[in-house]
Amino acid sequence: MSDLRAVEDLHDTSGGPDAADVPRRLVSRPAIADRIFRIGSTGIGAFVLVIFGAIGFMLAIAAVPTLRRYGWHFFVENEWQPERDQVGMSEVLLGTFLVAAVALIVAFPLALTSALYISEYAPAKLRGALVALVDLMAAVPSIVYGLWGLFMLQPYLLEVAHWIHQNLGFIPLFRVNTDPDAPMWAQARYTGSIFIAGVAVAMMAIPIGCAVMREVFAQAPIGEREAALALGATRWGMVRAVVLPFGRGGIIGGTMLSLGRALGETVAVLLIIAPIFDLKARILENGGITVSSLIANRFGEATAVQLSALLTAGFVLFVITVIVNTIAAVIVSRSRSGAATEI
Amino acid sequence: MTQTIQFAEAPYSDVPPPATLDARHISAWFGARKVLDRVSLTMHAGQVTALIGPSGCGKSTFLRILNRMHELVASAQLAGEVLLDGEDIYAAGRRITEARRDIGMVFQKPNPFPTMSIYDNVVAGLKLTGKRARRAEKDRLVEECLVKAGLWREVADRLQQPGGALSGGQQQRLCIARSLAVRPRVLLMDEPCSALDPTSTRVVEETIAELATEVTIIIVTHNMQQANRVSDQCAFFLAEQGQPGVIVEHGPTEEMFGNPQDPRTADYVHGRFG
Repeated sequence: MSDLRAVEDLHDTSGGPDAADVPRRLVSRPAIADRIFRIGSTGIGAFVLVIFGAIGFMLAIAAVPTLRRYGWHFFVENEWQPERDQVGMSEVLLGTFLVAAVALIVAFPLALTSALYISEYAPAKLRGALVALVDLMAAVPSIVYGLWGLFMLQPYLLEVAHWIHQNLGFIPLFRVNTDPDAPMWAQARYTGSIFIAGVAVAMMAIPIGCAVMREVFAQAPIGEREAALALGATRWGMVRAVVLPFGRGGIIGGTMLSLGRALGETVAVLLIIAPIFDLKARILENGGITVSSLIANRFGEATAVQLSALLTAGFVLFVITVIVNTIAAVIVSRSRSGAATEI
Repeated sequence: MTQTIQFAEAPYSDVPPPATLDARHISAWFGARKVLDRVSLTMHAGQVTALIGPSGCGKSTFLRILNRMHELVASAQLAGEVLLDGEDIYAAGRRITEARRDIGMVFQKPNPFPTMSIYDNVVAGLKLTGKRARRAEKDRLVEECLVKAGLWREVADRLQQPGGALSGGQQQRLCIARSLAVRPRVLLMDEPCSALDPTSTRVVEETIAELATEVTIIIVTHNMQQANRVSDQCAFFLAEQGQPGVIVEHGPTEEMFGNPQDPRTADYVHGRFG
């Protein structure tokens, strides 16, 4: 501030009534520490953008030969057999979205209710521990979730899948190519399914969704909370009237971020799912594939041409993830609560 | 239109009579710090009682104890009882939501639900307390409460606009209307005019005067003139250095301002400290 005034004084030679009535240029000379910090932080910020752009650019370049060779066919073909010149993403993309959808349907209610419990109901002493615990869920390596899903979750989920098939099997999504009511039902038909992979991925999608929602709920204005309570509202009534409407942007944004996480999950899916490239939307049935598990699965033995195809798949996933996250960011920043929340 | 209105409890068609609020031996703590020491005060039905005193003397805490808002603070504790027409609102069998519905509150900072429409703001209490009402009944309630709060003429033609778009004074009157819509028998006001301009303050004071016959009003204020203008009874709170707050003197407002018994009251109401 004193800098500013000093500089102004230097230039203030006019000042009389004849002085030109135009906006004057304000000059301020920032302190040396400010300048260093500004250059440093600008540089680092730009570096992040450069890296991000470079990844996209590199993937795009690598994708060109494949896209040129197969054209739009690349998105229609469902087989992935580069050795027979059959490469396409239709089943891979379908599988990716189905796994993400299952994950989201499982994760959303869990993330929402745990966020509500932590921010609205949990005793203060428990709150810190719960927050740490949910955050810890994000820190568990995904291979652990994969193993857990495969060896501990799957036996139970088989029963669930079988039950869904028995009772809701008339819906095409829940069809399985076996007789659900056979006395010895074919358990193997239900293993390695999109459903089971999706549930395992849900465990990884919960923490990010929960964290964003919790943060937004905690910002619901105390004045409005008290207003609702003073009218005789129950706690749940207050939550419904104040906290949930206030946090709507965070709920949507957190869910979209979970979706981004679920779309990209690799190792857990790779462990659980049985890679099959049939174009089918039967989530309970053995087999399926996702973009990232495909890449991890085929990367090791890929030739140069096959690598290009895999990188193209990676590029498509990259673009989808960017789109999902951008939409999430826009929704959150436009909502009432979003102005103060970073995601 | 033939109206055959049959309500099981008919709470919104007629206004319940104002109630007497009797606070007995109220002490309050935040953690280990005691902020009120055995305060007793009877707030008579259909009268306006003003709570005055310097900052930090426990007026607001006392007010928030009267409708069980005090216990929202994690470390808050209290002793004593608050009798609403003879029944303790802290009794084990009483629901906290019932006490708060019977004893409404208007806050220092206007706090309408900003995204709800003006109309929905007024009837928000119905929804929050699980009361259903027909559209026609709600329409009448909205008009009645907005008229009582002195806001009807300003907003009658834009009831569907969000409550957050109103000016500060209008928001505060909207909050008063919202409180009235659940038919409280007592209305607590915590410095309702301290965030308002003089014109809005005058309108709110007029509203208070008009409401006084149908609802018991207890108002915390820092403004001596306001206390003098709006209240029938007055209680002077004071907390000596490091001591919890107590009521130094209370009685009819004229007596308190015209002929205070305690020299500290005289000093305060004449603006010699605080």
